[in-house]
Amino acid sequence: MMGRDLLAIEDLDRADLERILETALRMGEVGRRDVKKVPTLRGRTIINLFFEPSTRTRTSFEIAGKRLSADVVNFSPSSSSLTKAESILDTAMTLDAMDPDAVVVRHKVAGVPKRIADALAAPVINAGDGAHEHPTQALLDLFTVWQEKGRVDGLTVAIVGDVLHSRVARSNLYAFSKLGAEVRLAAPPTMLPAAVESLGVKSYGSLREALEGADVVMLLRIQQERLAGCFFPSIREYAATFGLDRRKLRFAKDDAIVMHPGPINRGVEIAHDLADQRPSVILDQVRNGVAVRMAVLYLFAGRSPRDAARREG
Amino acid sequence: MSAVEPGSAGSGGGGSRSTGPATRSDGVERVVLDDVAIRRALVRIAHELVERNESLDDLYLVAIPNGGVPLARQIAANLASIAGVEVPVGILDTTLYRDDLVSSGERPPLRRTEMPSAVDGRTVVLVDDVVSTGRTIRAAMDALMDFGRPRAVQVVGLVDRGHRELPIRIDYVGKNLPTQRSERIELRGLEGGLDGPLEVVVRRQPAEGEGAE
Repeated sequence: MMGRDLLAIEDLDRADLERILETALRMGEVGRRDVKKVPTLRGRTIINLFFEPSTRTRTSFEIAGKRLSADVVNFSPSSSSLTKAESILDTAMTLDAMDPDAVVVRHKVAGVPKRIADALAAPVINAGDGAHEHPTQALLDLFTVWQEKGRVDGLTVAIVGDVLHSRVARSNLYAFSKLGAEVRLAAPPTMLPAAVESLGVKSYGSLREALEGADVVMLLRIQQERLAGCFFPSIREYAATFGLDRRKLRFAKDDAIVMHPGPINRGVEIAHDLADQRPSVILDQVRNGVAVRMAVLYLFAGRSPRDAARREG
Repeated sequence: MSAVEPGSAGSGGGGSRSTGPATRSDGVERVVLDDVAIRRALVRIAHELVERNESLDDLYLVAIPNGGVPLARQIAANLASIAGVEVPVGILDTTLYRDDLVSSGERPPLRRTEMPSAVDGRTVVLVDDVVSTGRTIRAAMDALMDFGRPRAVQVVGLVDRGHRELPIRIDYVGKNLPTQRSERIELRGLEGGLDGPLEVVVRRQPAEGEGAE
């Protein structure tokens, strides 16, 4: 059963995931209306607390909150007193004293959302913490696959790229495994976590083998600046061996779809012509992100224990 | 208020059924409208719709799920055979417009919304199975206004059980059914679709009723 916070896909069970997907399906309909707004969270306040820069995820949460009529406040370090050496926890507790109904947290260090959740009255939603998890990204990926394929059970999902540093990979690994898909990881050996097999997934050092019979190819972003020369010889080398183009995609199933959490490095993880059209569903992922985050806010925002106390009172 | 939850819609089988661990099985439940009575009421309501609306061309039946859906479809079929008109049927979930979400800890599941036709300028007929406080109809009207500007809104309630808390009038009533607040009214047989037998039952809640609205 879902807890008060959404910190990790690892914490959820199959029924939770299905409930979020069903809710997102209904929220998607709201997004297709002329008036894309329902009064559900009217009078509720959601704080986007982003210690790490992010335009896409933050905007997606902002639109999701606004479509549910919540008041959404964005708070990021550059515009805050963090520069004055206020601790992360102090900042969070200060915001909490303003009685938000949910706090969406992103931080470059794994575990920070959990620390904040332990200290706050408001429910906390993890929007990505270090190399730990990025639950709403995995949920929107699940949702996209479910929409495309009509099921998740029994599918083969190949996750390609920097698995080691990727919270997206980790969350997706849990999400797809929990719903009965076979998850494969493909990366240069330096970018595969040790003992990954213990998580029940298979890892491959060759893209071709990993793609064999795959229904879904999920590419991860390569952080070029940080990794080139360390984990692989060069960007060109990576693009040649693990970059996806139409020719390599032929190893996957005929109706395989291609996904990427964005922002994409064109010509690195994915060929130019493949990024913009079927079978790539990258923009569908973005669209579904709003519906999924509406579902998450609907299910989590304003369900704090403080709420229960108010009700008794 | 729709008292019908997907899970509680029963597995059919008619007649004598024991519901879970109910302590008093005698007189706990009685059928107030059987399938024949429901169908008869829906034919009458279709006739009333024809009688009270000058033009049937701009009529739009909008069902409140789950219970309203088979009822609206049946009314549309009746209108087709009585007056030869094809009236569109939409489905409008009211959950996101409920006024009690703030106080409820668990969020209720969302249901389908499918509005195949535009609402503007049409006479929209909301169809619900059980009307009581009027709060669901209020929510439905708010939701409807987000889809456009209907020329008029009318309401069909298969069962009107009273206990109104808002100034909402039901224009077409299948059956007025004075009830205790502690009783629960359910439309059963929804999984059967259009052809499956429907029935409306009244259930007395054992004291401290669980799952009461």
